[in-house]
Parts: sequence; C-alpha cells; structure tokens
Amino acid sequence: MTELVIQAQTLSRDFADVKAVQGLDLAVEKGCIYGFLGPNGSGKTTAIRMLTGLLRPSAGEVRVLGLKLPQAADELRLRIGYMTQKFSLYDDLTVKENLRFIASVYALSPRAQKARIDELLDLYHLEAQQQRLAGRLSGGQRQRLSLCAAVMHKPQLLFLDEPTSAVDPQNRRDFWEQLFDLSAQGTSILVSTHYMDEAERCHRLAILEYGIKRADGTPEELMRNLGAQVVEIASSDPRRLKQRLLGLPQVVSAAQLGSRLRVLVDAAISDPVAYLSHQSALAADDALTVVRPSLEDVFVVSTGARSQ
Amino acid sequence: MIALQRIGAVLSKELIQLRRDRMTFGMIVMIPLIQLLLFGYAINTNIRHIPVGVLDYSHSGLSRVLIQTVEATQVVKFTQRFSALEAAEAAIANAEVRAVLIIPADVSQRLARHPTVGLGSPPASDELTARPVAQWLADGADTLVAAAIRSLRGMPLTELLDKPANRTTPTFEVTLLYNPEQRTAVHIVPGLVAVILTMTMIMFTSAAIVRERERGNMEMLITTPVRPVELMLGKIVPYIFIGAVQVAIILGLGHVLFQVPINGGLLQLAAATFLFITASLSLGLVISTLAKNQLQSMQMTVFVLLPSILLSGFMFPYEGMPVAAQSIAEALPATHFMRLIRGVVLRDVELVQMMPDVSWLALFTLAGLTLASLRFKKRLD
Ligand SMILES: Nc1ncnc2c1ncn2[C@@H]1O[C@H](COP(=O)(O)OP(=O)(O)OP(=O)(O)O)[C@@H](O)[C@H]1O
Ligand SMILES: [Mg+2]
Repeated sequence: MTELVIQAQTLSRDFADVKAVQGLDLAVEKGCIYGFLGPNGSGKTTAIRMLTGLLRPSAGEVRVLGLKLPQAADELRLRIGYMTQKFSLYDDLTVKENLRFIASVYALSPRAQKARIDELLDLYHLEAQQQRLAGRLSGGQRQRLSLCAAVMHKPQLLFLDEPTSAVDPQNRRDFWEQLFDLSAQGTSILVSTHYMDEAERCHRLAILEYGIKRADGTPEELMRNLGAQVVEIASSDPRRLKQRLLGLPQVVSAAQLGSRLRVLVDAAISDPVAYLSHQSALAADDALTVVRPSLEDVFVVSTGARSQ
Repeated sequence: MIALQRIGAVLSKELIQLRRDRMTFGMIVMIPLIQLLLFGYAINTNIRHIPVGVLDYSHSGLSRVLIQTVEATQVVKFTQRFSALEAAEAAIANAEVRAVLIIPADVSQRLARHPTVGLGSPPASDELTARPVAQWLADGADTLVAAAIRSLRGMPLTELLDKPANRTTPTFEVTLLYNPEQRTAVHIVPGLVAVILTMTMIMFTSAAIVRERERGNMEMLITTPVRPVELMLGKIVPYIFIGAVQVAIILGLGHVLFQVPINGGLLQLAAATFLFITASLSLGLVISTLAKNQLQSMQMTVFVLLPSILLSGFMFPYEGMPVAAQSIAEALPATHFMRLIRGVVLRDVELVQMMPDVSWLALFTLAGLTLASLRFKKRLD
C-alpha cells in the first residue's frame, strides 16, 4: 500500500452558526496531485487551513506527513509549503527581497539562498521582475512569485489555494506544467480550484459543497460512475425546451450551450435518447446525441441534487 | 532555541519597509524636532507681561509712579485704564485683561504710613498703618496667573520714594542647585525625551503586528517557521536605533537652542535610554497583539500617552499628586524614565543609585516581550 501524506477522519470546523467543513474524510497518496473542487464558500480554504495547522478543527483527526495536528504544527511547517488564496507576501518589498526574507526565515545559508533564489527566478521566469515591488506585479507574476516562496525550502507537500484565480488561460497551462514538474520530482500537491479544466488535470479530486464532500476519486472514475447519462439536443428553441424538460423527474439537469441543450438523464433510464424523443416537448427536427460525460456533469450531479 | 538568522530576516524586512514608508520615516525626525521647538519655546512657567488694567481713584502723581514701579517688575503690563469698577470686572470676565490694580483715592496717606516705606513712627498695630497701599483684582481661575500676581504682594516700595532700601532679613536662605537661573527649558527638555519616546516608540510598534494582519501577510507569516519571540525581537530592534536618534536630536538641539546642560555621563544616558526604549517598544507590541486594527492600536497608544504626559512628572511634580494618581504613575515606564533622565542629565546621577527605576524598566520590558510572544498565536483562530 502506498504512503499517505494526508489522512483526515470526520474533519469538521464550525464558525459560530456556519458549518464551514463537515465530516471530511481524506486520504491523499504521496506524489499525487489532489484537487478540491467546489463553489465559493464550500469550505476549501477552511479545510486547507486545518490541514496546514493554521486552524484547529472543531472535531476530527488529522495526520499530515505522519504528524498529528494541531500538536505537531510547528514541526510540520518546515516540511510543507502553502500558497494562500490571497497574495500574502509583502507588497512593499521587491520580488527578490520577498524571496530573501522567505529564504532566511527557512534558515537557508546565505550561499544556498543565493543559488536557490536564482534557480527559482529562472525556473518561474521572474528574473526581469526581480527588482520590482511585489505590489506592482501582474496577477500572473504575483502568482508565480507566491509559488516561488511556497517551494523555497523544497517542501514534501504543497498546498495551493486557488492558485490561478487571477491568471489568463496560457499562464494557467504553464502553471500546471510547473505543477506536474514538481509532482514528477516527488512533491505531493493539494490544490483547490473552481475551474473544471484544472480539476480534470488532478490525479484525484474531491468535490466539496457546503463543507461536505459530495464525491471523490480520479476524474475518470467520477465521470464513469456518473449517476446519469448525457444527451445533447440541438433545438430551435432551447430555452423553452429546457423549461419543459426540467419538469420531468428523470431529468437531473439541463444546461444551454448556445443553440444546444445538455441534458442529464437519470441512469435508471436504459435508453435516454428514446426516452427523450418520446417527450411531447421535443420538436420533430430536434437532433439527439449521447455524449461522453464531462467533469462539469459530475459536478452538477453531485452538487445539484441537494441544492435543488 | 532562538535563531539569530530568523530575527535578522524579520529585522531587515522591517528596515526595508520602514525606508520605503516616507511618512513614518519623516515622523522619526519631525516629531522630536517640532515638539522640542514647541515645548521649548512655548512652555514657560516663569510668567511675564501679563496684560492688566488699572482703576485709579486718586489721579495723583504718586499713582503714576506706582504704576511704573509695578510695570518695572515685568510681571505685568498695563494695557487698559478703567474709570469704573464694573468696566474693570467686565474686562476681566472677557479676558481682555487678567487682573486690575485698584488704586484708592487716599493712596498717598496709605503709602506714607506703610511700614516698608519706613516713615513709620506709629506702631505697626495701628489700624491705619496695617492697610495695604492698593488692591489687585485678579482672574483666580488660572492658578499660574494668580500666583504671579500674588508674588507682587510684598514687592518693595522704597524706590518709589527714593529712599534707601529698608532690607529685611529673610527667614530662610534658598540656594537653587542645577538650575539657578530657573529656566523652564532645563526642566522641560529632558522630560520631553520621555514624552516623545513614549509617543513614537509605542505608536510605531503598536501597529507592527496589526499591520501584518491588515495587509494580509499574517497567513503567510504564521506558515513560516518564525517563532513569536523572534518576530517580536526582529520588530523592535530597528526602533531601538530610531529611538536613539530621536534622543540625540532632542538633547543635542536642547543643548544648542536652550542651553540645557548634559551633566551626566553619556554611557549612563545611553543605558537609561535603552531601558526606556525597550520598555516602550514591548508595551507597543502588547498593544499590537490586543488591537484588531490600526485605529484601535492608535487609540490604545493615546490611552497610554496621556497619563504618561500628565502623570509622569513631566507637567506636574510627582510629589504633588494624590496617592491614586501616584500609583498609576508608578506603573508607567515614562515616570521611571523621567526620574532617570532628569537625574542623569541635570544632576549627574549614576544609574546604580537609581536601581528601583532601572529594575522596573527592565522587568517591564521582559514582561511585555513575554506577554506579546505568548499572546501572538501562530494560528488564525
Ligand atoms: N474566520 C471565519 N469566520 C467565520 N466564518 C468563516 C470564517 N472563515 C470562513 N468562514 C465561512 O466558512 C464558509 C467556508 O469558507 P471558505 O473560505 O472555506 O470557502 P472557500 O471554499 O474557500 O470559498 P472561496 O472559493 O470563495 O474561496 C463560508 O461560509 C465562510 O463564510
Ligand atoms: Mg477559499
């Protein structure tokens, strides 16, 4: 059996009347990129803060890198890296000054500091900005700087909280290449996101909603085990069709994509195309195709059920 | 174990931030400079040229000479002349004048019989000779003005009549040590060091931790292995130097502009200042761990600053305060430092002779640093 870098049982955290995280069970394997996928307020940040020892759980057990939290939080700090959701380095320090501060705080020797900082500036394409104040960087540069700081001491486990929220698609792709490089070098990564394409790149992921884990597994497993079938209907009046279909108990959801309608039909229906074409709502020339489920469909099925 | 490298990291980061913060950087020099000029020139307990009026019922040559003699003391300056008592009282009420000299119609007779003039054949117990020459009506609400006018009560009148001085032997002889010319600045300037250091040191550090929180750096900072004590030490060390610069500005300029002597040894001065700076800084850190935002930290700074100005002995002598105020004063680092710095600068006292104050400041620093470190939790909840 492979080594687990994160183990959590029934992890919960309440803030006054808000249950930010409820009964979260987690098992993250070494070397894996694990994703937290969830809408705003679903408890991603709160869960990460508990896993990094910054917040004490209201209930539950956590072991990270074999260390029991919150007792061993100080020891854990030397072995993990954490990139916060909000930029948390110093705006009034330059890129290089920020990195030097981080390197000294992690007690890198002056010699090692210089080498490591140069290496990181080169790796994350920040040499040109090294004398620039962090507060004046673009969103993408700032995010790369945060990543530099988080990996400065070569942590075994990296926590990234919505690292790409202010980044354009090209930079996002590059960023993920860098994550795969880190992963290939043996770093385990836990990353939160609300982008489907990013979630799909993870080795495994958990879908969170209202602080509850709705589903977890590899993206393929999740899509394979989707409790619904996906049919796309090309229609002349998709808006009206959507309203009518949503009234059917067997239709889990219907979403408009331009002139098409993406309909999720309960898995209990053996032939969804036949089922749908018999509905009076459909016009004769509406074309129906069964398509491969996407992660978004998984997200809709696993979160939609209880919110409707 | 405390790692010097991590303290150094925090320290150099603070220095860089301080250098980029023009406002704060300017304050370091401007606060002592401006306060010194304000206090040095404005605060003066030797009152001179109080505007007063005169109500002369006698209209004699003698009353004119009397007025000139009184004005020659430089305590008062006659700016108005009244013909009725009501007008005089109204002028005091409106603060046009602070006092009025009422010269009675029979001023010549009164003066002739006045004992200090020395014509006195009649015995001193005589009803007539016991009468004063004239009357002062003063605004008694301002105790300093009242005291100045009162000091005129026994002024000699011999020169008024070109008589040789009829000197009386004083009951006590008074020798004024350390400040024989009685210049207020000599007393104020060393005390100003305590007030300004209290203000700037507490103000700068009280924002230190709060600022990390407000600017969103806290989550990163507590994820790093930096320990609370290291953070606290790294944050106060730069300000020790800044405090030293401010002391040099105040005492140096005080020496040049107001001739305030520096009688004690510089080493004694440095040691006393160091003790007080660290005490103020650690108090600032404690405030910083208590306050939720920079506004609160400012309010708490003022809360400490006011009693430090009023009760530390800067404005009023400690001995004259009620016991309750004295015990509050005893708790304030400024009170102890006020004694130390006045002792060292004016009276050349050695710190070993003032151990109670020295140890209070040292203990205060230790307690403050410990409390701030304990209160600083490396967690978000
Ligand atoms: N310190 C706090 N005090 C009170 N409530 C909090 C606190 N932190 C989080 N919450 C609440 O807990 C819930 C989960 O918040 P959390 O920040 O973990 O969500 P998230 O998934 O990270 O959201 P986002 O995508 O917007 O970052 C929210 O309802 C939030 O209001
Ligand atoms: Mg979040």
